[in-house]
Amino acid sequence: MSLWKIALRSLQYRRLASGLTALSISLGVALVVGVMVIHAVVDQSFKRSAQGYDLIVGAKGSRLELVLSTVYHLGKPIGKVPYDYFLELTEGRFAPEVDLAVPCCLGDNYQGYRVVGTTPDMFNELEYRDGEKYRFQAGENFGWGEYYDAVIGATVARKTGLKVGDTFQPGHGETAEQGEKHSPFTVAGILAPTGTPNDRALFVNIEGFWEIHAHGHYDEEQPAEGEPSSQQHAAEEHAAEEHAADAAGRPDPAESGGAGDSHAGAGDAHSHAPQAHDHGEPQLERHVTAILVRTNTKRMTRAMALPKIINQEADAQAVMPAEEITRLFEGIVGNIQKVLLVFAVLIVIVAGIGMMVSIYNSMSERRHEIAVMRALGARRMTVMSIILLESILLSLGGGALGLLLGHGLVGLLAPSIMENTGVVVHALQFQPIELVLIPGLIAMASVVGYLPALIAYRTEVADSLSE
Amino acid sequence: MLELRQVTKSFTLPDGSPLHVLDIEHFEAKAGEQVVIVGQSGCGKTTLLHVIAGICRPDTGRVLIDGWDVPVLSEADRDQFRAAKIGYVFQTFNLLPAFSALENVMIGMTFADGRADRDRARMLLERVGLNHRLTHKPAQLSVGEQQRVAVARALANRPKVLLADEPTANIDTGNQQQVIDMLRGACEDENVVLLLVTHSPEVAGQFERVERLEEINRVLVKRS
Ligand SMILES: Nc1ncnc2c1ncn2[C@@H]1O[C@H](COP(=O)(O)OP(=O)(O)O)[C@@H](O)[C@H]1O
Ligand SMILES: [Mg+2]
Repeated sequence: MSLWKIALRSLQYRRLASGLTALSISLGVALVVGVMVIHAVVDQSFKRSAQGYDLIVGAKGSRLELVLSTVYHLGKPIGKVPYDYFLELTEGRFAPEVDLAVPCCLGDNYQGYRVVGTTPDMFNELEYRDGEKYRFQAGENFGWGEYYDAVIGATVARKTGLKVGDTFQPGHGETAEQGEKHSPFTVAGILAPTGTPNDRALFVNIEGFWEIHAHGHYDEEQPAEGEPSSQQHAAEEHAAEEHAADAAGRPDPAESGGAGDSHAGAGDAHSHAPQAHDHGEPQLERHVTAILVRTNTKRMTRAMALPKIINQEADAQAVMPAEEITRLFEGIVGNIQKVLLVFAVLIVIVAGIGMMVSIYNSMSERRHEIAVMRALGARRMTVMSIILLESILLSLGGGALGLLLGHGLVGLLAPSIMENTGVVVHALQFQPIELVLIPGLIAMASVVGYLPALIAYRTEVADSLSE
Repeated sequence: MLELRQVTKSFTLPDGSPLHVLDIEHFEAKAGEQVVIVGQSGCGKTTLLHVIAGICRPDTGRVLIDGWDVPVLSEADRDQFRAAKIGYVFQTFNLLPAFSALENVMIGMTFADGRADRDRARMLLERVGLNHRLTHKPAQLSVGEQQRVAVARALANRPKVLLADEPTANIDTGNQQQVIDMLRGACEDENVVLLLVTHSPEVAGQFERVERLEEINRVLVKRS
């Protein structure tokens, strides 16, 4: 019979106390696991490497807010830059250093999900994660000429029930409460889940976005809220037709000639820019909220100087999203997580002290048992080891239970994490730091078990036998 | 096999004064010999057994068992010695409540050389008539059965000396004789020295050699 088994039997004999002690440790460990997994998830989702662009250009203001509103659809967009500035990047001064520029217009929502005005390049050229191109689970990307076509994220599709061919009306503002309605867009494609905030956004052709904004309070007669019913669909489609007629006076992009207009060409799609309708369209105010820029790697040195040049000028700012997010993490978010982790570790320590009290209390009644073991020939070191092993078994048992609980908890929360952040978490998503848990728990158990073990060590056989 | 020479033992009372308990000039038992020790309560019988078992050290004198002088050994060595050479049966059985009958027998083996001989443990329990009680916990056994487990446990490591401190005092008369018979039989079989402390004249009457502590312990001789 090994000492382990002897220790285990003693624990089994005191099942209730042992169980409760292990449970308290498991709760602490479960919390640690939860915090660590959430930490890693947030970390990964924010620090996610390149998405096919390396700069975000936008209005001057908070660099972080520009990144948060553009990439994570969080907070309000900070301002606008004129469309002409976008042209500087694609055709003007900065064009040689810019490989690709994708405009983003923000300011609308559909049922609380952000509506982003952009170009087909968003999905043709950019990636949602390093090396992962966007895929469509249904339909396809909207075309350059389809002003009122849209692509919607996987979560949006699931939550709103929008399908390919359905129409929807964005409301003005970033949140659902701001209810002013625009003309309807038709869903051309639904993105496959990406695990990014883009699952929770709707993307419309920037041309359509501009137009509905140019028309101001265009469709106040439209129903204000709720899931689009079939009747509403019909009404929306009707309104769309009206709008199409209304817009017929404007040049269609398919007809308007000009350089880089070969929309059908597949290979050079990235060279596309939205059509500059600068003739006879005074009411169409063109602006963008942010521009996702992929710099030209063939002109590395100059490209690297690009943000500096842009930032020196008064028109706009260029930020590197990775850098901002790292800064954010090292600042606030990282510290909050550290505090959480410290709390979780404190809980484990408190549970450890509880374990010490529990074993310590059992020692008074166990003196006699220990004396008997000694009388049978166990050495002081042997009985001390048995108590230490009990402590280690308890904390390892509690730790194992805590890992199960923690990962179970993560598994339970995964759908809601996915819902709210677009981040995919798995119950079995282990963190390397969890490996530290085992030696950590053993170390704690040794410290915690030391005092009771010392009592066992000091037990005098002759005195305690007669008790 | 077992020999005590000039053994004295005293305790220090809380007020600092010494309490002389043992002063034994000479005591000897040969291999396989069975000795009953009788004496009034408080005359030092348990203390004598503790000294022999190396549980406590005499103030002076030699305790020779199987060629070893027990008092000169370090505490850890005495523990090891006790595990290997001494079997101990207590008045209150002192089975470990967390362990089954079989485990109670094996646990002493673990302390002796780290290896538990399950077959021998089973054999010993069979010999005391408990082959159907192997997995029972002490609380599930009658007092008679408990003491039989304790006898089996004391014999687990093939001791040279078996010390039984009033082993039948807490047992109903029906079971008393059974336990005594088992102790005697087992010690005979394995040629073990048996030192048995008892208050019972019936038990003492069965043994050839009965030592009255009042006669061999000079502390008591002086006092009286
Ligand atoms: N640790 C001790 N400290 C002080 N006195 C003790 C201690 N152990 C035993 N004694 C005393 O030694 C005497 C002999 O005790 P013991 O050997 O237990 O007697 P017996 O077993 O014959 O009844 C008693 O008077 C007892 O009070
Ligand atoms: Mg006694």
